[in-house]
Amino acid sequence: MTILEFTLFILLISLAAGFLGSLTGLGGGMVIVPLLTIIFGVDIRYAIGASLVSVIATSSGAAAAYVKEGFTNIRLGMLLEVATTLGALSGAFVAAYIAPGTIAIIFGMALLYSAYLSIKPKQDVIIPAQDKGLIHFFKLSSEYPTRQGKTKYSVRALPGGFGLMYIAGILSGLLGIGSGAIKVLAMDHIMKVPFKVSTTTSNFMIGVTAAASVGVYLNRGYVDPGLAMPVMLGVLSGALIGTRVLVKSKTRVLRIVFSIAILFLAIEMIYKGITGGM
Amino acid sequence: MNRIKKYVGLEDTQKFISIILISGVILSTFFVIVGGIFYLIKSGNALPKYHIFRGEPAELKSITGIIKNVFSLRSEDVIQFGLLLLMLTPVARVLFTFVNFLHEKDYIYVLVAFIVLSVLCFSLISGGA
Repeated sequence: MTILEFTLFILLISLAAGFLGSLTGLGGGMVIVPLLTIIFGVDIRYAIGASLVSVIATSSGAAAAYVKEGFTNIRLGMLLEVATTLGALSGAFVAAYIAPGTIAIIFGMALLYSAYLSIKPKQDVIIPAQDKGLIHFFKLSSEYPTRQGKTKYSVRALPGGFGLMYIAGILSGLLGIGSGAIKVLAMDHIMKVPFKVSTTTSNFMIGVTAAASVGVYLNRGYVDPGLAMPVMLGVLSGALIGTRVLVKSKTRVLRIVFSIAILFLAIEMIYKGITGGM
Repeated sequence: MNRIKKYVGLEDTQKFISIILISGVILSTFFVIVGGIFYLIKSGNALPKYHIFRGEPAELKSITGIIKNVFSLRSEDVIQFGLLLLMLTPVARVLFTFVNFLHEKDYIYVLVAFIVLSVLCFSLISGGA
């Protein structure tokens, strides 16, 4: 296989990964790393470097639309970014001292857990605003557009959410993913942020989180232009197409089918990590 | 009245953040595509070696190296410059929110944005070392 053929293949696979990532809500990074390593035998360090770049591209592209529509809680995002960027920096830092096989195993498990989170049903609870305490101090109560007009909401459990965000950051830096599913878990589940606000705010944070770890990867020479080029272009276009499809059609069945495909990817990653195939 | 004014301010902020993000992505995609086309014309017939990890050469690893080399117009350098612009897009967004919070005299969030900005700069410039 020449570089031209290889690049075109990667472009197509990345397109599919971006599409899948946006449809399942897992993000392109979660899908592209296993595909690159399992199908193309790319070294996991190069795969993570390229994936992080594509994560910044898709999250910035999507966040641009959501922020304008007024769903994103910018203050909440900024505050939790303190946790995710510090986590990302630690994750990227320790990645150099962990064997590629171990990273593959952790990746597989994170993939399984994220896939489980993405198919779990969600329910919205609106928390009323309080005029004292941490939430009030950090001005985290806000409002967002719904069918009934602007709806006010507040959040709770800031320390717990902040802690889980640090872990999301570590995984992002260690595995080269956006950790969107865990970010949503922290906001939606622990902090009781309305679902639409937590997904868009998570997206808003992903680019900054990935940027914090990509610096480490760049300086270590893990970001290869020849590989990152088709991965970034493919995942970005795939995600754009995926968003269009999401708006137009009911995707519940599609999501379940893809989640099963992702299950196999996760098991393969763990298997290869254990048997030393990475 | 005061409330309406404040609200318009928020919408302007949202619009501006949106513009920063989208221009960063478009600009970097442009460089990546242009560099990518030249890269494929130049080395399309060679063989890829991504299964062996070697690491990138110094000029593709550091911000100063990438910026210094973009004028050499070597295809890999042009792609890497595009990727660097992409990495700087979230930094630009945080920088803007920092200035915006400063303007709103919201000093808690000036500090919050400053911490995030420092972590980002530390990572991109020193590589966390």
